Amino acid sequence: MTILQKPFIQFRNITKKYGAIKAVDSVTLDIYEQEFFCLLGPSGCGKTTLMRMLAGFEVPTEGQILLDGMDVSNIPPNKRPINMVFQSYAVFPHMTVFDNVAYGLKVTGAAKADIHTKVTEALSLVQLSGFEDRKPDQMSGGQRQRVALARALVKKPKVLLLDEPLSALDAKLRDQMRLELVKLQEQVGITFIMVTHDQDEALSMASRIAVINKGVVAQISTPRDLYEQPSSRFVADFIGSVNVFEGKLHIDEPSHAAVVTPDMPGPIYMDHGVTGPEDGQVWAAIRPEKIMIEKAAETNTKAPDAPEGHNTATGTIQAIAYLGDLSLYEVRLDSGKIIKVTRPNLGRWDAQDLTWDDKVSMTWEACSPVVLLS
Amino acid sequence: MKSAKPIAAPLEYTRRTSLRVWVGGVLVFLYTPLLALMIFSFNNSKYAVVWKGFSLQHYIKFFHDEDLMIAFGNSLTIAFFSTIVSLVLGVISGVLMWRFRFPLKGVVEGALSLPIVVPEICMGVAMLIFFNKLEFADDYYWPFSLMTIILAHITFSFPFVTVVIRARLTSFNRELEEGAKDLGASEFQIFKDILVPHLTPAIVAGALLAFTLSLDDFVITFFTAPPDAITFPVKIYSMLRFSVTPEVNAASTILIVLTVFLTAIALRIQSRNQISAH
Repeated sequence: MTILQKPFIQFRNITKKYGAIKAVDSVTLDIYEQEFFCLLGPSGCGKTTLMRMLAGFEVPTEGQILLDGMDVSNIPPNKRPINMVFQSYAVFPHMTVFDNVAYGLKVTGAAKADIHTKVTEALSLVQLSGFEDRKPDQMSGGQRQRVALARALVKKPKVLLLDEPLSALDAKLRDQMRLELVKLQEQVGITFIMVTHDQDEALSMASRIAVINKGVVAQISTPRDLYEQPSSRFVADFIGSVNVFEGKLHIDEPSHAAVVTPDMPGPIYMDHGVTGPEDGQVWAAIRPEKIMIEKAAETNTKAPDAPEGHNTATGTIQAIAYLGDLSLYEVRLDSGKIIKVTRPNLGRWDAQDLTWDDKVSMTWEACSPVVLLS
Repeated sequence: MKSAKPIAAPLEYTRRTSLRVWVGGVLVFLYTPLLALMIFSFNNSKYAVVWKGFSLQHYIKFFHDEDLMIAFGNSLTIAFFSTIVSLVLGVISGVLMWRFRFPLKGVVEGALSLPIVVPEICMGVAMLIFFNKLEFADDYYWPFSLMTIILAHITFSFPFVTVVIRARLTSFNRELEEGAKDLGASEFQIFKDILVPHLTPAIVAGALLAFTLSLDDFVITFFTAPPDAITFPVKIYSMLRFSVTPEVNAASTILIVLTVFLTAIALRIQSRNQISAH
């Protein structure tokens, strides 16, 4: 991803305290124009507070927020060129769909004919043409959300904020709305910032993600980098699931590295260098889907691109979860450590192949493990 | 074989004969006097106690009694002004209590609900002394002659409006307010466009409540009324001092019907707004 523009929204050393508690602790964050940016984190991590400070509903205790180069700290929410889709949608129950969408234009004194054109346009953008005279209580949750979207977009904001936009929808609709929101963002070309605690949502929608933990930015990356190159155990564990092995950096060359861990019979070998502490404590992380699993063979299994005895382990299947497309195996390694391995069910009967108490052997490619320093 | 009587579940009190009898007794005790009063208002007799046949003569007499009509007009006027002012004060104080945090909020809250619990007689005496001390003139022209009564009625009515408004505000989604603000609305526009429509059912219910409270009041009015201003309940009382005529029954019946009717509307609106708040 190459973004060479200057940042559009800048959080500069933003701190927000509630009494003695720091909800947000010195966050510095750049967001670029036309991005679909996501603030991701567990509940209570400060992501919503960050968004509300950008909207103007909370005032930072310290630091500055710049929008398009301008400090917005002292601009009240009703004067900021930023609009928000609330978690409850906050659609006005006593107004029709048309009046809801028109409200933001009316209060700022737009001309009547102008309002009509813009509202009609916004409603067709969210595929709600023909619903003008409906009241919100005659609509489904998904439709109310579209009203909230149209109501925000009709103001032509510089930034659109989405607070947990999909949390109130049922599973099927959620999947559909993910794609629609991404398409909508491409269509209108406005910077979208979304807050969510759902990692799938963040990975599938955002162009960049900031993972927030305890009021601090843990990592900012594209979804792929976040998943494949997490910077810490927290991120690795929060995004997807992961097997973490504590150990020592045994070899650390520019072209390859190896971690020795008591959990594994041989070292964990990787085809890239790690600039880590020599003989210091590190963690090697391997995603469950990157481990190949098969019934234990007579001879030792050798990893395809690692020296003999590296990147291989044996164990016993302890539990199986059949997920349809995948099977998830919980394997107890010979060292006693329990790891997770998934395997796609490529053939219809693949899942019957491995069963409880089977001895299995596992290998993984040298590009799979990641070394985490914290 | 005789089919067994279905056994009442532990909490199905309404299916126990003993309790039904008890409830019936309570209802009879409560409503017999009222029913008797209403029935005898249609009595074709000068005296209130012996039934002589159906007639509307007392109602006709009632509507031709100039003193009574003046009293009735006074009552409606007082109720009208008291309701308007109670509404304004009630909405403002209700929103204030809900929206803001300020020092001594608990004290203010307690003070606001005090007029609801203070015995009417105490309040009446207190008002009497208060107006006397102020040397409130009693020679204004109508309707200013009713000023003391109106002020007294506002004092005990508006806390009720506040209670109703606050109850409604608990169901208000604060994100609606933020949503409006986010779209560019000013504080006043939010109040006018978002909050007041949400409060409408409570405003109507509060108004009806204030109106009936004022229309009915006897004790406080009795103490605060200037010499020549008389209200409907006070007039009825004064008529009773001579004898219980069927005319009093007719007047009382009208008052009962009016209050029951208005209270029913208020309750109806309130229960409907509870449903729509979800």
